[in-house]
Amino acid sequence: MSAPVLVSLAQVLLVLLGAPLLVGAMRRLRARMEGRTGGGVLQPWRDLLKLLRKAPLHPQGTGAAFRFAPLLGVACSGVAAAAIPLLSTRTGLGAGADLIAVVALLTLATAALALAGLDTATAFGGMGASREMTITALAEPAVLTAVCALAAKVGSTNLPAIVAATLSHGARPASPANLLAAVALAVVVLAETGRLPVDNPSTHLELTMVHEAMVLEYSGPDLAMVELGAAMRLTVLLGLWSALFAPWGITTTADPARLLLGLAAFAGKTLLLGCLIAAGEVFMAKVRLFRVPELLAGSFLLAVLAVSASFFLA
Amino acid sequence: MSNRAELLDLAAGLFLLCAVAILWRRDVRAQTAWLSGQGIALAAIAAILGAQDARPDLYGVAAGVALLRAALLPTLVRRAIAARAEDRESAPLINVGASLLAAVALVLLAYTVAQPLVRLEDTPAARALPVGLSVVLIGLLILVTRRKALSQIVGFLLLDNGITAVAFLAAAGVPLLVEFGVSFDLLLAVLVLRVLTARMRNLFGGSDLDEMRELRD
Repeated sequence: MSAPVLVSLAQVLLVLLGAPLLVGAMRRLRARMEGRTGGGVLQPWRDLLKLLRKAPLHPQGTGAAFRFAPLLGVACSGVAAAAIPLLSTRTGLGAGADLIAVVALLTLATAALALAGLDTATAFGGMGASREMTITALAEPAVLTAVCALAAKVGSTNLPAIVAATLSHGARPASPANLLAAVALAVVVLAETGRLPVDNPSTHLELTMVHEAMVLEYSGPDLAMVELGAAMRLTVLLGLWSALFAPWGITTTADPARLLLGLAAFAGKTLLLGCLIAAGEVFMAKVRLFRVPELLAGSFLLAVLAVSASFFLA
Repeated sequence: MSNRAELLDLAAGLFLLCAVAILWRRDVRAQTAWLSGQGIALAAIAAILGAQDARPDLYGVAAGVALLRAALLPTLVRRAIAARAEDRESAPLINVGASLLAAVALVLLAYTVAQPLVRLEDTPAARALPVGLSVVLIGLLILVTRRKALSQIVGFLLLDNGITAVAFLAAAGVPLLVEFGVSFDLLLAVLVLRVLTARMRNLFGGSDLDEMRELRD
């Protein structure tokens, strides 16, 4: 097997194993800051293993959409993890590692989960699916516009090419276009991973929930897959954001020693971003659902400004 | 691209980001915080231009701008809010989402109309000129779409920040004396507006400008 393919496999494995740990660390930090002890960093892994041992149970009348959504979620995040240059820009997908393709993959997982929510035919499932689709429909224009700003400078939407170009310019991500695109994408990452202020990840059975409402009917191994998929999605999106705007430590070769360095840098950056989100959430309240479009319109505006800045300023 | 040109771009980007954030937030106190940030970015633009042309008087202008626009004026607005809690929400006439989309159009307009100016002299400062124009337009948008007197003061300050930025970028810095005159005018305008707001509150019990329907002697 060639080295780039091995790099991609290593990235998938890293995200698969590391994602629950990241979620555990974030929950732990949040609990500590709120004055609780909280479960350990390994708690999400314990929960996953417990859920995997249970008997699979499907609600009456549900079909293929409900069955396959959890697996599709994990698979989409896995392919995205293989495509994004998390450790090295020499990933195994080559020209297929397109920024637009990665965004489309992550949206596919969202759409599959929304269909599953509709498939259960419960009030909560439908409500959650409709909210999730509203948020996604508003977030996607912002993502694609921000992508345009980043791709315009490099002349390609290929992810490894964008990251390699940033690295070869002496890693100067501080241009105004990058700054604006970074803020725009950060808001979108929060919306797409269902964190505060768009969705509260720690609620069950609340009228305002979005992600939890869709997955309310899942149990056992299916729930384990849903949770693993959500954790991997968070890790992949944080990895994507840091690869685009803070690509320090990502190597352009497939040299093992540099890969290890890249691994340490990736773990450090992702953990830092995750802790920043968790710490921010302690001080933040969820915005009203009707104000979410405002938040995402702001993100879209910043993305448009990034595009105009990348064309006119630099 | 040289290091200074990049810094200038970055300061201009931050300047625009602050204007967008002011449009984005409803809370007037948060808006004043972003106004302070914008003042710092404006001072940075002046200082970078001073370093570029080796003109020490621009450092003085930068210090004055920082003192007035990052510290004094936002504090004045903040103290006016502290006097009355219900003026915190800025009560926009059109919703924030729509005004953000309007801002997109305004920024693109600014970039389009500034093209001939940029083509005249293709320096980093001239390329950042549309940013100043966009902030002027966004300030005007806030002025016409906000109902409360205090958020209109914020819009007015944004407008003036934009004008000052255009002056810096187009004329490669303003003489110290002119900048002092403009700053003094601005300070007086904000003080007068504050007194007016306070009088409005005493007379009508609120600072909603829609309720002022007729002028009296």
